[in-house]
Amino acid sequence: MTTLVDVLVLSYQETPDRVAIHLLEGDLDRSISYRVLLHGAGGYAQALAQAGVGKGEPVVLILQHGRALIEAFFGAVLHGAIPAIMPFLTEKMSPDRYRESLSSLMEITRPAAIITYPEFVPQARRAVHSANFDCTILLPSDVTPISELMFDCLPGAKRSTEDLVLLQHSSGTTGLQKGVALSHRAVLNQVYSYADAIHMTHEDIVVNWLPLYHDMGLIAGFLMPILLRATLVLMSPFDWVRAPHRLLQAVSRYRGTLSWLPNFAYNFCAQKVSDRNMEGVSLSSWRAVINCSEPMRWKSHKLFLERFERYGLRREALATCYAMAENVFAVTQGGIGCPVVVDEVDRKAMQEQVAQPAQNGSDTMMNLSAGQPISITKVRILGEDQRELPERHIGEIAIQGACMLSGYYNRDDLTKQAFHEGWYLTGDLGYLANGEMFVTGRLKDLIIVGGKNIYPLDLEELAGEVSGVHSGRVVAFGVFNETLGTEEITIVAEVDTNDPQERRRIAEEIRQEIAHGSDVTLRYSWIVDRKWLIKTSSGKLARRANREKFLAEAKLM
Amino acid sequence: MKEQIARYIAGEILKDSTRVVMKDEPLVSSGLIDSFSLVDLALYVEDTFGVRIEDTELTSVVFDTVEQLAELISRRRAGGAE
Repeated sequence: MTTLVDVLVLSYQETPDRVAIHLLEGDLDRSISYRVLLHGAGGYAQALAQAGVGKGEPVVLILQHGRALIEAFFGAVLHGAIPAIMPFLTEKMSPDRYRESLSSLMEITRPAAIITYPEFVPQARRAVHSANFDCTILLPSDVTPISELMFDCLPGAKRSTEDLVLLQHSSGTTGLQKGVALSHRAVLNQVYSYADAIHMTHEDIVVNWLPLYHDMGLIAGFLMPILLRATLVLMSPFDWVRAPHRLLQAVSRYRGTLSWLPNFAYNFCAQKVSDRNMEGVSLSSWRAVINCSEPMRWKSHKLFLERFERYGLRREALATCYAMAENVFAVTQGGIGCPVVVDEVDRKAMQEQVAQPAQNGSDTMMNLSAGQPISITKVRILGEDQRELPERHIGEIAIQGACMLSGYYNRDDLTKQAFHEGWYLTGDLGYLANGEMFVTGRLKDLIIVGGKNIYPLDLEELAGEVSGVHSGRVVAFGVFNETLGTEEITIVAEVDTNDPQERRRIAEEIRQEIAHGSDVTLRYSWIVDRKWLIKTSSGKLARRANREKFLAEAKLM
Repeated sequence: MKEQIARYIAGEILKDSTRVVMKDEPLVSSGLIDSFSLVDLALYVEDTFGVRIEDTELTSVVFDTVEQLAELISRRRAGGAE
């Protein structure tokens, strides 16, 4: 098996009637068998062929979570094109801002086709036009499922294992200009070796609410179960966020065995699900609930277990994972077959970049292990001089292996920068101890909110648009909130005015600018006097130092 | 009731008790209240006013302002059909 198409076609031939996806829409279950899935996808492949889309060309999908998105994704794969799922416009986002972010994507990715809804066509056309190229726009309503899959006629069947199969982006201008390009080989290597690490078989039932434009949702919560012929129960992230109990009810109803959640979801479920929504719910079938995609907290696991143990949640089901799109998904996995290792270390020593085991009664902290590297990925911890550090010393996590990205799409410059002597530099900080990896922080300026990667520069640019705010005099960063289990976005802006009303207006407009121009919401909009912000000797804003200063002054910690 | 809701939104959701939330100010469609906080708002309404808001109702189509939310609560309390 060398490509995703080979794997899919085999499932189509051997188990056409097996349910690949239970697609939940509210209380409805729209089951999709392999036959139906590939006939639907085949319709999209045919439409792409008719539109003159060539193999190896990117196809951008701007569709809501649902059947059209699923079929269009696999349709592009069957056609041998390269699908990229774009986060859909949310209600709060301004259409103009959204189009601007689309243009950022278009400039670099230059797709041969966009698949979207009729109401979105004008926006898509304008985005394409401003990026100065041409591409086809297809509508799901123009696509008819095929009635038989002719394997030999599929252009996708002739792709080689090194060819690209998909692109993954994170949000914002910066993220959208940095598409992680993955080959068939990398994706299949990840699927098989990660399945091995979590002992996943076709008997598993994955319950997933995560968005498909995100690596955790797309790879672990979508491609893996479909390619491995496990069962997938798929719900919309929009449904989950309004009703987190629906995830737990689905696990109970379908006897779900596996789910992946970002850390904040443990807190969110524990705090927001009321007992009346848990009547008759049993979580005993869950063999692994895997915490991934943002810093994992021991306290969040504890909170989740305390809340749901009475509903059959097993302590040993709590698992952890360290993952990134650049490695397709998982780098390490913990808590399968044995409990997640908790390392109690000396808090002071941690500040000196050493994870020293706690001495009796000292000031300690509990670090949750991210587990051990999956079989085909190697991990190293590098010091500032990029030499390997000894055990328990904190440094940058570097990885190497058989499921690495082919590159950032059309960005050879970024690809080169990302590697050092064949090792991918993650920008995350951590340490190794007894073969277990612990992620402790971040070297790169990145905010992770509810598992979403947000680049501070994008937010600073948005804030800089507000009148009264000067670009270069505004800084964005994340502040961890223990109660929420994730980071909250803070913006500090210097202004010239002392008028309290004017300052309030500016704070409010920054809040609105972020709401309309990004897919996150601002928590603290902090207005300060001139010269408040700390700059480095080169005149650049020091986000970390300003964050410390903000925390000291705002007294949040 | 409107003032109580507005105070809750300013203090607990926007984390700024000095912020005045107008009764006709769009909350959901404007992104002022994000989806995560909507669940909090629904729980607060249930605890404080004894009225249930279903998860399917947590959209700007059902209510987008303090005024609309207060009306929804009053209707439910009066036992009126939706």
